[in-house]
Amino acid sequence: MQAEQFVVPPLGGGGGLSKRIIPCLDVKDGRTVKGVNFVDLRDAGDPVELAAQYAQQGADELVFLDITATHERRKTMIEMVKSVARQLNIPFTIGGGITELADAEALLNAGADKISINSAAVRNPNLIEELAKAFGVQFVVLAVDTKFVDGKNMVHLNGGRLITELETETWIKQAEDLGAGEILLTSMDHDGTKAGFDCGLLSKVNQMINIPIIASGGAGSMEHFTEVFQKANVDAALAASVFHYGEILIPDLKQELKRNHIPVRI
Amino acid sequence: MSDMKADIKLPNMNNRNSTPPSGGGGVGIVNYGAGNIFSLTAALERLNVQYGMVNTESDLEKYSHIIIPGVGHAGAAMEKLKHTGLISAIKALEKPVLGICVGMQLITEHSEEGDAKLLNIVPVKTKKFDKSLNIKIPHMGWNAVQHKNNLLFKGVEDNAQFYFVHSYFIEYNPTFDIASANYGLKFSAAVQKDNFYGVQFHPEKSGRAGEQILKNFANLS
Repeated sequence: MQAEQFVVPPLGGGGGLSKRIIPCLDVKDGRTVKGVNFVDLRDAGDPVELAAQYAQQGADELVFLDITATHERRKTMIEMVKSVARQLNIPFTIGGGITELADAEALLNAGADKISINSAAVRNPNLIEELAKAFGVQFVVLAVDTKFVDGKNMVHLNGGRLITELETETWIKQAEDLGAGEILLTSMDHDGTKAGFDCGLLSKVNQMINIPIIASGGAGSMEHFTEVFQKANVDAALAASVFHYGEILIPDLKQELKRNHIPVRI
Repeated sequence: MSDMKADIKLPNMNNRNSTPPSGGGGVGIVNYGAGNIFSLTAALERLNVQYGMVNTESDLEKYSHIIIPGVGHAGAAMEKLKHTGLISAIKALEKPVLGICVGMQLITEHSEEGDAKLLNIVPVKTKKFDKSLNIKIPHMGWNAVQHKNNLLFKGVEDNAQFYFVHSYFIEYNPTFDIASANYGLKFSAAVQKDNFYGVQFHPEKSGRAGEQILKNFANLS
């Protein structure tokens, strides 16, 4: 029998999905770093405890960004991912230092739901295709750091310090064609400003692609989240410090979004 | 901000699996190489449900409940399942069986993914989401589910949200549907025929509601 057709809701592209709220945690040597200020954490550097707490608060997903620079990084990371997967009952993404299929496979087997790649994909775009073929498009998140330079949005590497020759919009479209399943777009112009997300660029990119997009960079208040969902209709919004410092509590944020008729999971 | 988490306690991880399995003989997970099962086994451990791997026909006898997991391409998954030689034994099972995600699709009749003939335990079809519905594909994220008070959903609120990741869906059929969701169109989020159950979402990644589903399944008799 035929499935019944339903009228597409006014927020095109959303279907019946909730908009996702994603805290991002930086990890070094298997420990979370930078700005975690939860007062009653027994161990503020324990990624497992922190992750569990975000899940309890209603985070829809988590991103762990590994900034370890030592040779032990892979082993340490795999152990951390396993510990997180044992404890966490929501999906999570691992990013940082993934340069080949073997890295990704080890993370998948340790329980990661997705991996995010950035500079390795810029250097070798075929990596996107290889990962998508091996593990499915849903596993491959392309992270893009972008900065506005001479009238163009340009892809940057190394946390915004190194400009590439790639235009952001072109690169994202190419990545979608290669098999990226999701885009994590960070505006380096907005990152750290707490002045709001780059709704203009996010909206433009979102209209070009048919895969989910996560907004990142610039979150300072709950209104900024409302704004990015309403203006750019992104699928998810990611932030770090506003959550870590407790400036925005996820249950409050979800209620605020709901009040503004944005579909969320309460 | 101190009051928001005063009552949050982490589960005690030291007494995992120390209690007898609530299902009786535990859960056997069909091990046919289609996708990673670390998160599924982790969820069962958190719930104190005993589990083991099913590789042979005699393994199917060891457990009171069977889960068919699955991630990836349905056609490819079906080929892998064939290679186990377990298909006729699985179809003959009379104990509760739960297919998750692609594992759910496998118990249907056919998938448009790879134009694959499947187990045909539940006579419904697996179809591809159509971009013309103005939806992004894959369907990835949390989606509300309307359920029909089946035992599998005992204690789960109607419209509770579950985590989905899929590009193909199971057509809505009121005879076999026990829970539905809307994403551009209405599709089956969960089906049942006799002792065979399937869920399109990932209960192991769907927070407390998902854990409740796994617990309910382990308690089915």
